Amino acid sequence: MTIAETDFVPTDVARGRGGGGPAPTRTVVAYGFWIFLLSDFILFSGLFATYAVLSDQTAGGPTGAELFNLRNVFIETMCLLLSSYSCGIGALAAERRHIDYFYVTAVFTFLLGAAFLFIEFSEFAGMINAGAGPWRSAFLSAFFTLVGTHGAHVTLGLLWFIYMIAQVFVKGLRPHVLRRLLCFSLFWHALDIVWIGVLTLVYLMGAR
Amino acid sequence: MLGRLSWDAIPFNEPIPLVAGAVVVLVILAVLAFITVKGWWPYLWREWLTSVDHKRIGVMYMTLGLVMLLRGYSDAIMMRTQQAIAVGDAQGYLPPDHYDQIFSAHGTIMIFFVAMPLVIGLMNFVVPLQLGVRDVAFPVLNSVSFWLTASGALLINMSLVIGNFARTGWWNYPPLSELAFSPDVGVDYYLWSLQISGIGTLMTGVNFVSTILKLRAPGMTYFRMPVFCWTALASNMLIVAAFPVLTATFAMLLLDRYLGMHFFTNDFGGNQMMYANLFWAWGHPEVYILILPAFGVYSEVIATFSGKGLFSYRSMVLATLGICVLSFMVWLHHFFTMGAGADVNAFFGIMSSIIGVPTGVKIFNWLFTMYRGRIVFTAPVLWSVGFMVTFVIGGLTGVLLAVPPVDFILHNSAFLVAHFHNVIIGGVVFAVFAGYQYWFPKVFGFTLDDRWGKASFWCWLIGFYLAFTPLYILGLMGMTRRLQHIPDPSWQPLLLVAELGAVVIFLGVLCTIVQLYVSIRTREQRRDLTGDPWNGRTLEWSTTSPPPAYNFAVLPSVETIDAFWEMKRRGRTPVEPHYEPIEVPRNSPTGFIIAFFAVVTGFSLIWHIWWLVILGLLAAAITIMAFGWSENREREIAVSEVARVEQARLGARGRA
Amino acid sequence: MDHDEHVFDDRTPGVEEHEPSASYVSYTVGLALAILATIASFVVSQTNLLWPPGVAVGLLVLAFAQIGVHLVFFLHLGSGSESTNNIVALAYGMWIVFLVIAGSIWIIANLHTNMMDM
Repeated sequence: MTIAETDFVPTDVARGRGGGGPAPTRTVVAYGFWIFLLSDFILFSGLFATYAVLSDQTAGGPTGAELFNLRNVFIETMCLLLSSYSCGIGALAAERRHIDYFYVTAVFTFLLGAAFLFIEFSEFAGMINAGAGPWRSAFLSAFFTLVGTHGAHVTLGLLWFIYMIAQVFVKGLRPHVLRRLLCFSLFWHALDIVWIGVLTLVYLMGAR
Repeated sequence: MLGRLSWDAIPFNEPIPLVAGAVVVLVILAVLAFITVKGWWPYLWREWLTSVDHKRIGVMYMTLGLVMLLRGYSDAIMMRTQQAIAVGDAQGYLPPDHYDQIFSAHGTIMIFFVAMPLVIGLMNFVVPLQLGVRDVAFPVLNSVSFWLTASGALLINMSLVIGNFARTGWWNYPPLSELAFSPDVGVDYYLWSLQISGIGTLMTGVNFVSTILKLRAPGMTYFRMPVFCWTALASNMLIVAAFPVLTATFAMLLLDRYLGMHFFTNDFGGNQMMYANLFWAWGHPEVYILILPAFGVYSEVIATFSGKGLFSYRSMVLATLGICVLSFMVWLHHFFTMGAGADVNAFFGIMSSIIGVPTGVKIFNWLFTMYRGRIVFTAPVLWSVGFMVTFVIGGLTGVLLAVPPVDFILHNSAFLVAHFHNVIIGGVVFAVFAGYQYWFPKVFGFTLDDRWGKASFWCWLIGFYLAFTPLYILGLMGMTRRLQHIPDPSWQPLLLVAELGAVVIFLGVLCTIVQLYVSIRTREQRRDLTGDPWNGRTLEWSTTSPPPAYNFAVLPSVETIDAFWEMKRRGRTPVEPHYEPIEVPRNSPTGFIIAFFAVVTGFSLIWHIWWLVILGLLAAAITIMAFGWSENREREIAVSEVARVEQARLGARGRA
Repeated sequence: MDHDEHVFDDRTPGVEEHEPSASYVSYTVGLALAILATIASFVVSQTNLLWPPGVAVGLLVLAFAQIGVHLVFFLHLGSGSESTNNIVALAYGMWIVFLVIAGSIWIIANLHTNMMDM
C-alpha cells in the first residue's frame, strides 16, 4: 500500500491551534532562547531561596544593613535599566536596518553595563577588604553567590555583545545575525528582571 | 604543575578497583584498536561522531545507556553478593571504603548515565519522526548535548582508574560531602561529572520543548500529536524546570569545597538541610522525567499491538500535564524524617498520594485500550503487561510510604530500596526494552528476534521479583539500606534469594546481548521492507526503515490523531508528489570538540590543575565562537537526489 | 525556511517586526514607568511613607510592577493568541520559581522551629 503525500492546504481548523506547520526559524530560535531564559530564572530561584534561608546566618559577622550602600545600588540599578532601554532601542534600529543608530545605542548599552559591573566589583572588593568576604559567614556566601552569579551573567553578556557587534560589523544585519541580536536583547532584558529581584529582596529588604 | 595528581591516584594496592579498571581500560583499548585496524575512523567521524541527525544521536544515546547499564549492573551484583555473604562473623570481600563507593556509583550511574540517556535516546529518535518533521529545533545543540552527557560518563568512569569515587551515596549530602569529611577527589568527580552532563541535559530540554511546540507537520494541532510526543513534552518541560535547581545546588557545594564558602558547612551558619531540600526539589521531578516518556512508550506499544486507538486520548494528555504540575509539589516526601512539623509533612504526604491518581487514570486507559482489541503478544506487549502489574505494586508501596508515620519507620530501609527499584525497573527499564524492541526495525531495517526478547523479559520479570520481594520483607524486619555488613543472621536466607534474583536478571541482560547477536546474524530473514512491520498508527511508520536522512521528502499533511493509521485507512492512490530541494544541516564537530575540552576542564578541576582549567575553558569558548562565526551550515539535497531516494523507497515498498 | 509565512501567527517575546506595538515610544514609556517604580521602591524602603509592617508587601508589589513593565514594554508580552505559548511558558516558569522559593522558605522555617538550636 503506498501513501501519497499531498501538498499542504491550511484549513481553518488547523490555524490557531498550532496546526500551521513548522514555525519560521526566527520564531523557533527566539522561543528556544526564551525557554532557556526561563530555566535561568529557575537557576536564580535556587540561589534566591538559599539566600532567603541563610540571610540571617551572619555567624557573628557583618549584616546586610551594615554593608549595603544604597546610593551605589541605586546608581547600579539605573545603569542596568538604561542599558536595557538602549538595548531595546538598538534592537528596533537593527530591525529597521538603521545600522548607525544601532552602533550608537550599542556603545551606550555596553558602557552602561560596564559601569554596572565596575560599581559591583568595587562593592565586592570593598567588602572583602573589610573582612566580609564570602567565606566569613553563610549569609555572605549566599550574598556573593547570588549577586555574583548575576554579575557573571552580565559579564558574559557584555563579552557576547562585543562578539555580536563584531558580527554586525563584518557580516552586516543578515537574518542569522539579527536572530542572535534578538537573543541577546532577550538575555539583557531578562538580566534586568533578575536584578529587580536582587534589588528588592537583597538590598532594599536587607538594608532595613 | 599537575595539581594534586600523582601516581598514588592509581589504586595499585587495591586489587578490586585495579583489576576492574584494568579490564575496562583493556576493553576500551581493544575496541579502539579494532576500529583502527578496520579503518573505520573516517566512517565513524563522518557518520556518527560529527552527526547532527537526531536519528544518529538517538542511537548513540541508547548505546551509551546500554553500555553504562553493564557498569551499573556490575556494581549491583557486587553489592548483592557482599550482602549475601557478609553475615555474622564473615566480613565479605568488599571493605566498607569500596562498598560505599560502589553504592554511590551504582545510583549515580544508573540514574544519570543509564536511565536518562536511554529515555532521551528514545525521544531523540522518535519524536521528530512522529511529529512529521525533519529534525529537532537545534540539531547542533543536540549533538553538543549528547557529547556533554558522554563526557560526564567518561569522567565518572575515570574515577575507577584514577583516584576514587564519592563515598557519600548518590545524593552526596553535606556535611559528609564537604571538604572536612571528604577531602579527596571522589566528591569532586561526582559534582563535575554531573554538572557537565547536566548542561547537556538542560540543552536537550530546551531543544525538545521548542521542537514539540514549534515544529510539527502541517495540520498537526496539539490534540493530534501522538501521546509519546505529549509525554516527551512534559518530560522536557520538567527537565527545563528541574535541572537548573540541581545545577545551583551543586554549584553551591562546589563553592564550599573550592572557595571555602559556608552554604552547607557545619560552621559559620551553613544549613545542610537546605541541600537536602534543594536536591530533592530536583530529585523528585527527575523521576517523573524518567517515567513520563516510559508511559508514552507503553501508550504507543499497547495501542499498536491492540489494533485500536488509545482509549481516551484527552484524559491521557490531561493526566500527563497533571503529573507535570504535581511532580513539583511532593519533594519533601524524600525527607519526612528530617524534622518538619505535622503541617508540612501532612501537606506533602497528601500531595504525594494525590499524584498517584493521574497514573491510575493512565493504567485504566491502557487496560481499556487492550479490552476488545486484537492483541498480538510480541515481546513489547509482554514488557508492557509486565510493567502494568509491577508498576502498580511499586506505586502502591509508594503511596504507603507517602504516609508520614509509615515513612518514619521505613525511611531509608530496604523497603524503600525495593519500592524505588520496583517503579524504576518496572516502569522505566521495562519501557526502554519495550521501546527498543518496538522501534529497532525502524532504526536498523530489520526486526529483533522475538523469542530471545521474550526470554529476556521473563528473566527480568522473575529476576526482579526474586531480587526485590525479599528486600520489601527485610525492610519491614528492620534492615536499613547501604549495609556493608549484615548484623542479623536471620536476614541471610532472604538475601540469598535476592542474590539469586540478581543472577536471573543478569541472565536477562545476557539474553538481550544474545538477541542482538542472533538478530544481526539472521537479519536478512527479518528485513523490514515496508517500513511498517507492526501495522503502526503514527507517522514514523510511514517512512522507510531506516528513514532517509531528511525523514520526509514532503512533510505529511495531518488531519487526525494517529495520522498514519488514517492515511492507510483512506488508502489514497499514489500521486507523484512535487519535490523541492531539501536543506539539511551539515555535520559539525562542535559537539565532540566541546565535549573533549569539557573532559579536560572537568578532570583539571577535580585534580586542581588550574592552568589546564583555564586552557580548557578558553578552548571551549573559542570552539563556540568559531561555530558562531561559521557560515554554510546547511547543505542542499537536490531534487534529483530526493526523487531518486523516494523512487527506490516506493519501489521497495511496492515489492514488499 | 528563512522566509516568514503569514500563515504562522506565532509571536515571540522581543520579535520586533511582528509587534505593531514595538516602537521607540513604547520603550520610552516603559523606561519612564520603570524609573518611577524603582524610585518608589527606594522611597518605600528608606522612609516611613508606607506603614512599616507593610513595607515588605509594598516592595514586592513594586518589584512585580517593575517586572511587569519589562515584560510588557521591553519584551512585548501581550494578550493576543499569538503570545499564548510564551505566556504559558512564562507562567509555568514563574510557578516553579514560586514553589522553589516559597517552598524552601516554608520548609526550612518549619524545620528551624521544630529542631534544637545549634
